[in-house]
Parts: sequence; C-alpha cells; structure tokens
Amino acid sequence: MTTVSKLKQLEASASVKSLGLLLFLTAAAISSPVVAEDGGERWQEIKSSLFGNREIQDGSSTLSLETPYRAMDAAVVPVDISSLVPQTPQQYIENLYLVIDNNPSPVAAVFHFLGKRDWQSLSTRVRVNAYTDVRVVAETSEGKIYMVSNFVKASGGCSAPPTKDPVAAAANLGRMKFKLPEATTDSGRVLAQLLIKHPNNSGLQFDQVSRNYIPADFIRNIEVSYNGELLFSVDSDISISEDPSIRFGFEPEAGGKLEVSVKDSTGRTFAETFGVTGGGNG
Amino acid sequence: MEGKCLKSRLRACCLISILIGVYWHGVSYGSTNVVEVTDGIYVRFGLQQEPTTENQGRIANVGFILGRQRVAVIDTGNSLVEGLDLRAAIRRVTHLPIAYVIFTHMHPDHVLGAAAFVQDDPEFIGHVQLADALTRREPFYLEAARQLLGDDFEGTRVVLPGSPVSGSRKLDLGGRIIELEAHPTAHTNNDLTVYDPASGTLWLSDLLFIGRIPVIDGSILGWLRQMERLSARDIGLVVPGHGPVTHRWMDALAAQRRYLKKVVTGIREVIRNNGSITQAVSQVANGERENWLLFEENHGRNVTTSFVEIEWE
Ligand SMILES: [Zn+2]
Repeated sequence: MTTVSKLKQLEASASVKSLGLLLFLTAAAISSPVVAEDGGERWQEIKSSLFGNREIQDGSSTLSLETPYRAMDAAVVPVDISSLVPQTPQQYIENLYLVIDNNPSPVAAVFHFLGKRDWQSLSTRVRVNAYTDVRVVAETSEGKIYMVSNFVKASGGCSAPPTKDPVAAAANLGRMKFKLPEATTDSGRVLAQLLIKHPNNSGLQFDQVSRNYIPADFIRNIEVSYNGELLFSVDSDISISEDPSIRFGFEPEAGGKLEVSVKDSTGRTFAETFGVTGGGNG
Repeated sequence: MEGKCLKSRLRACCLISILIGVYWHGVSYGSTNVVEVTDGIYVRFGLQQEPTTENQGRIANVGFILGRQRVAVIDTGNSLVEGLDLRAAIRRVTHLPIAYVIFTHMHPDHVLGAAAFVQDDPEFIGHVQLADALTRREPFYLEAARQLLGDDFEGTRVVLPGSPVSGSRKLDLGGRIIELEAHPTAHTNNDLTVYDPASGTLWLSDLLFIGRIPVIDGSILGWLRQMERLSARDIGLVVPGHGPVTHRWMDALAAQRRYLKKVVTGIREVIRNNGSITQAVSQVANGERENWLLFEENHGRNVTTSFVEIEWE
C-alpha cells in the first residue's frame, strides 16, 4: 500500500476531512501532560497507524533535524531537515514524514522523492499547538525506516487565527514565488525556496456569527518538477503554516524550467512555471 | 539573569523619563485610579508588563473623554472586572450618560472589559474590520483570558462593535466633538485613533508604544507608512496604548520608527543573503535590546512575523 493510500484510509476511517485526523478524535490528549520521550502514547498511536509493526531505527546518522527549542511564533515554527547520506537512484529516501505528535492533525507533511537528484536539505514552517515532539521519519528505497526527533515548546499555533489581513490574503491567494540565491556553490547545489500564498486554514476556528467552524481550506498536494521530471511531491496538511514555504537543495541547469502545481482541500488548483537559468532568480 | 534584567529595566526607565515631557508622579500603573491628563481626558495607565495572573492583564492604557452631555469610553481592559473598575472611576468623576464605547483595536487587553458597559446601552464603535477580526479570534482570546484570570474570568466576554467606522467619523459629546479615524493595516488590521481638537490630544493607542517594545500583529510595512503620515500632524498631546502620555510624542514616534526600520532593514539583508527565519531572529536589530521593556518576550516573534511579510516584497 502506498503512503498516500494509507493516509487516505486513515482519513476515511475517521470520516473527517484532514490527513491525520484519526488522532483528532483523541484531542483530549492534547491538553493533558505529555511524555516527551519516544514511548509517548500519542506517538505509539501515530506510529502504528502509519507504519504498523515495522521497525523504526535511530536516524541520527541518516538525517538531521533542526527546530527551535522554544518557538518565537507558534504559527510559524521553522523546521530544517538534512539528509546526511547522498541520495542516489540505488539508495534514497523515498518518503519523508514530518510528524508533530501533539497537533490536532499530527502528520504535517509527507514528502516523496524519486532518488534522481540529491536534495540534501529541506525546510518548511509549521504550526505547533502544544509542547510536543517533532519527528522526521524517513522510509528508504530499501524499505528501512529511520527517525529523528526534537522537543519543541510552543502552543496555540493551530487554533490561532489564520491570517492578520484577510482582505490582502484573499487578493493574493495562489500567488507563488520561487527564489534562487545569486551565487551558486562549488557543488552547483543551491538552496531554492518556493513560497505559495495560501491561508492554509486549519478549520479549527469557531465562527461566533454562523455558530459553525470556519471551513478548513489548506493545501493538500504540491508537485515540483524540473525540466519535465518530478523533483518531489508533498502531501500536506493544516499543520503547515500559512503561506507555505519549502526550501530545498537543488542543482539548477542552464535554461531549465521549474514547474509547480498545487491542489488545495477545496478543489482549487494553482500552477506556475519558473525559468531557471542556473543562478539568479527565474 | 535577574541582574541583567533589572539593569535593562532601569535603562528603559531612564529612557522613558528623558522622553516624557509630561510625567505624572505618583501614578499607580494598573490601579483603579484614573488621571486627568488634560482638560476632560482621563487615562487609567496600564502596567508595563506581559499579562500575568498577578496583574490580571491590566496592561493597556484605557480611559474616557468627557463632554458637557456625554461620555466616550476609550478601550475597556482585559476583563469584566477591569471594565467595571473603569466604569466606577468614570462614575466618581461624572454622572453623565456613557454614550459611546470606542475600541481602538482587537487586542484582548483593550476589548475584553466591554461587558461592563452593556448596562449603559452605549454605541459600541470600532474599525470596519474589527468585528470580523474579533470573531475569528474570540475563542482564542477568551481561552487565554480564562487561564489568566481564573475565577475572575466570570462574565468576561467579547462585545462586537455595532457601529463600524471606515474612513472617519465625528462624535458629539456636547460642546466637544471628537474625531475617529480608521487606519489601513498597521499594528493590526483594525486600528482606530481618536482625536480631540479641543485639547489637541490624539489617542493613538497601540499605534504608539512608549517604553514597552512594539508588538506587530498587522503589517510592519503598513505601520511604518502610518507613522510617516502621523509625523506630519500637528498634535499637542498623545496617549499611547502602553506607556506614559506625552507632549514630546515625536521623540517616542522616532524611537518606535527606529526599531521597526531596523527590523525591516535587517530582515531584508538576511533575505538578500538567502538566510532563514532562524538566522533573522538571532541577528536582526539586537542593538535595540537595551532600549525596550519586554524585548526578550516579544522581539523574536516580531522578527518572525515580519520575515514572512517582507519575503513577499
Ligand atoms: Zn495592541
């Protein structure tokens, strides 16, 4: 079974709209004291729904994860992931799970790679709702699973209001930006950044006027291709911050073309093509 | 740690007393006492602290303007109790009807005492975007207040403004006409200021922080634009949302502008060098640390929230 269909099954079994919301049903656990170690009850639940009984190995020689110990803004918590082993078609990370144990919807994103390009570094920003372990779990092409985790102190990031200026946000919905640094390194690999204007609304805010929850409206899937070949795709969820940002290691070529396509939970699609000239913004 | 903290607090105090032309000695910040800062304008000064269980969130400046026939309340505090204290203070001064309750913006330390005035049946007035902003944040604000106030939370609720202001509006208090102005997104997306031509007083509320570090919850670039506009105005006295009332408000405005500009310039430089939010938080505007109260508690968030705005420039 593919990861996506596994997640779909999760979704169906909980008969709610969001990726990992099976665990939303046990939301009471969010406010109770949480065990910080890997044996936490909530993690056991997430782990068995994603990976069943498969063995999860310590990933500290495969991956590194950087997060702030205390978040400055619970709605925008930077997460930096590095792969410590070269990604080759023979041996690569196929699926990379970003899990925030104590969020209402703990599976923030699942990145999928084809192993054709070495990304080396991957960053995004997440919402954190309560003091929690943040985990990165890598499923390799050989079927092994590795994990690293950090503890993060933050609270309220998911239920916090999604946007400071709704009028401006609505006007810019779906706008994208692709940034490449001007100078390339010796290896030719640079850190590129993709930004997408989207409220990534969690659906957890109650509207006092309509007496209903403001409907969730978030990016479900992003595909990034380069010269017709998929670089990576992401299944994402409400734990990803407003105006999602993905930074990734990337080797631009002269005259390259980067294509991005985005689908959100309400059925909207956004697509954009960026000319990449091997250094300098497209 | 303690010592360093005290030192920076003392420095900030010095800074405040240098800045302040008018300084009320013996004013007890966060108490139930109001001070008549100029003819007919009364302020209950908030504590220069983060909201805590001890201070019950009495951290914002709230008050009222007295006309010959009516009273306009400006902001209501963080709880029903704080609102009732303000109402009692008004009643010690006057028995004229409380005709208007004006919200300067959505933040809980300014709006959550409004229920205290429902008995007066006033017009509740706010920026055209205030009702929507408050509706979105209501559960979040109330939960925070519940945790802060414990048993004293009882009766605290959001009162949505029935009268939206877009552009400007005048209110007649009897022999005194005050002017409301709704601003484009700055401190928040619903900032409203109150000008009293009779005394030349501008109630800027949180468009100006004095002593305490500004909190950005709207748009840092928008706020700088509003400050640019404000600096051209000929104003006698300014009531900030936090900190003392001052005639030398241009100095206070300059200090706030300097901080916000350093944040913007610093972030632009980090972005130009392909840097991250984490780098910006550790690098940007650290030289301002000694100039503000509550810097540690708020600066990192200011940088984070400004970064995600500025990277879209
Ligand atoms: Zn405020």
